[in-house]
Amino acid sequence: MITRRLYRALDARLGTTSAGRTALAKVFPDHWTFMFGEVAIYAFLALVLTGTYLTLFFEPSTAETVYDGAYQPLDGSKVSSAFASTVALSWDVRAGLLMRQAHHWAALLFVAAIVVHLLRVFFTGAFRRPRELNWVVGVTMLALALLNGFTGYSMPDDLLSGTGLRIIYSTVLSVPVVGSWIAMLAVGGEFPSDETTPRLYISHVLIVPAIFLALISLHLVMIIRQKHSQFPGPGRREHNVVGSRLWPAYAVRSLSLLAGVLAAVFALGGLVQINPVWIYGPFHPAQATSPAQPDWYVAWGDGALRLFPPIEVHIAGHLVPAPFFPAVGLGTVTFLLLYAWPWLERWRTGDKASHQILERPRERPGRVAVGAYALTFFTVLLITAADDIIARLTGLPVTGILRTLQILVLVLPLAVAAAAFVVARSLRAGSATTVGELTREDLHAGLTGIEESPEKTPDPAGHIRLWRNPDDTWRWRWHGSGDDLTSNEVFLDRQEALDAATTAFPGIPVEQDEPPEGVVLPPPRREPGPVTKVVAGLVWVAMAVLGRRADRLQSSRSEAAE
Amino acid sequence: MSRAQGPISGEKGAVRRIRLAFGVAMLGAVGFAVTYSLGGNTQLLGISLGIAFAGLAYGLAAWGRRLLPTGGYVEEMPELSAPPRRRDLLAEAMNGPESPLGRRGLMGMLMLGVGSIGVALLFPLRSLLSFRKPDPVTILRHTAWEPGVRLVTPEGTPVRLTDVGPETIQIVVPEGHTRDGDAPAFLVRLDPERLRRQPAAGRAGDVVAYSLLCTHAGCPVALYEQTTARMLCPCHQSAFDLNRDAAPIAGPAARALPGLPIEVDADGFLRARGDFTSPPGAGFWSYP
Repeated sequence: MITRRLYRALDARLGTTSAGRTALAKVFPDHWTFMFGEVAIYAFLALVLTGTYLTLFFEPSTAETVYDGAYQPLDGSKVSSAFASTVALSWDVRAGLLMRQAHHWAALLFVAAIVVHLLRVFFTGAFRRPRELNWVVGVTMLALALLNGFTGYSMPDDLLSGTGLRIIYSTVLSVPVVGSWIAMLAVGGEFPSDETTPRLYISHVLIVPAIFLALISLHLVMIIRQKHSQFPGPGRREHNVVGSRLWPAYAVRSLSLLAGVLAAVFALGGLVQINPVWIYGPFHPAQATSPAQPDWYVAWGDGALRLFPPIEVHIAGHLVPAPFFPAVGLGTVTFLLLYAWPWLERWRTGDKASHQILERPRERPGRVAVGAYALTFFTVLLITAADDIIARLTGLPVTGILRTLQILVLVLPLAVAAAAFVVARSLRAGSATTVGELTREDLHAGLTGIEESPEKTPDPAGHIRLWRNPDDTWRWRWHGSGDDLTSNEVFLDRQEALDAATTAFPGIPVEQDEPPEGVVLPPPRREPGPVTKVVAGLVWVAMAVLGRRADRLQSSRSEAAE
Repeated sequence: MSRAQGPISGEKGAVRRIRLAFGVAMLGAVGFAVTYSLGGNTQLLGISLGIAFAGLAYGLAAWGRRLLPTGGYVEEMPELSAPPRRRDLLAEAMNGPESPLGRRGLMGMLMLGVGSIGVALLFPLRSLLSFRKPDPVTILRHTAWEPGVRLVTPEGTPVRLTDVGPETIQIVVPEGHTRDGDAPAFLVRLDPERLRRQPAAGRAGDVVAYSLLCTHAGCPVALYEQTTARMLCPCHQSAFDLNRDAAPIAGPAARALPGLPIEVDADGFLRARGDFTSPPGAGFWSYP
């Protein structure tokens, strides 16, 4: 009762009913690959919650202070405020370490979810028209996620992160012409300067998250406006979305995912140690830790720095140092290609049509090959970032491992891309659903490119039934062979329901059901036949004549009265 | 009827399990609160909160799977683009006779005005690098090492020639500049017999000094391999041969470590005779 009254008050002020009904009935496709974007959003939520808690204890300053707390080995030592407060919130703030480690794990999960989501969108062609803009927004969010991960990781002013920051500083320095200015403006002078940590902090907790929040909103608004794309299936057309409604089925499942993400993040945060800065110790420009590995999402850059040969270029008395090519160059090329991909592919295929139905990866062997190339390439770089650990574990010389990886990074992506291309083409040619089911003929077709397009069972056109409910609302349902799809909304009048049905399934006849007992249906509108037309015409003429005569009679009577 | 409204089997068992899961979530939350109150063991806090959310996740997932219909609904997707006539109307509304866009001259001046303000507001960004500091290239090219500056340990103790043992390196910084990013150097005692190239910065007896910063990405090359007289960088595995004036021999570094000219003063302490032979650390555009 109270909620009804409260809602009526809200509706009277904001008129929320219509939007609310549409929102509750919004249809989400039921496919497990659609949940990675959600995982990313929920990880972002976990980051904001745990991060806000951390800001209450962290001091973003390099001013020297004396750590005085529970961690004995550092007790009484002179360190920066940033480092001291990080150690204090890990050791002396109750539940602080849980929040800090949960924050770090959430960050790793966040970037991982974004990357997997991007791969899903890439391999299924979800970035095609009309969703190119959302692809651009998504790629920007990936870049911002990497940036914010790095700034967060660098803030505690510990030895490991300080070294990482120094590498990034050196990388920025390597940019031709403007590199030294950009690096010095960002850091506030030569690395390390006292301005660095406060700037990392404000960027990490305000600037980038604010932009990110705006981009998430934009991303979601575009999804709501354009609606979800979907995999092919019975009844799925370019003009509809098939799946579960937001309320109740989808909301409950999505909240379950939120709880699952939080469960994983807090369990990892409590049980698995991450970034123990007190072991690394405070940053000092004359010290380094070994081995030194960054978080996984920037490790590809570190791997590229290790892998690239010592090549420096001199241009007219100026120097382009070695880090420029593997770090700045590779990063720029990667993101430019990511941004441009929807248009590159359109240019290659000439496909300018709007697509709501996704492709299975196998339908585009070329795209599969490009994706496989990129994945293999970055995996090799990721492994290279651990070459010193590999050398230590295997006892092999690090130079030999590096040489092997240098060859692998050139050869392996090509080999994997070629294999992926053939497999995708073989899968497309035959009837196999997985790689294990491929036959010799399929592989032959994949290798030669001679495909006999397999007989695909045509999607049944089906038919649509429209009916009125006892409460005077309207609904419709699509009947395929064995698959029924009900209209997501309940309609208040027949025409609305009919419009929705014909939009979702253009060209499919709509039949009206017999009314349920006790309900009188208005006759369906029909184009009148010739007999009806003639009769109607006669009636009209007769009424017109009679009416005129009646008018005349009336007027003559009134004249007489005067 | 369709799947959407079909009867759902095993509802009773599912309801029992979901209720149990939410109960577990509650117990996890209680466990978290109790753990916190008893001192807040991190592992127990994580487990209890993880169990709480996992219970919630399982319960909601089972609810969604077992008690609620999955799929079976279809939503229409109307054409996004408006008919051409409507677009024309929008264009007319935008470019009508009163539209500011029609006044080309004024629009041009407006753009110039706004653009100028935008450019002017970029100027304060220059303050990110204090005006009291020299320009970036000068900063990068010079360090605190000047003739007569004493070599001290990172803790601030002055260093004598005898402090440099045959086995290890001694990290040194300029006196009064212990935390400078570009100044760290190291002293090493080398066997003159094995030198294949004389250090460009000269040496003090058998001791030579080099910049500690890798010429690749600026990490401290703090790993010394005494048998081969090599310095290794822990970041990207660059190696420098001290017997050949710290020339790079492996890894991504392309330039030798800059040498530091040193001498022994009257009191036996080591002093710099000047700055490094070239700017230390990573390269940059205006590298000499």
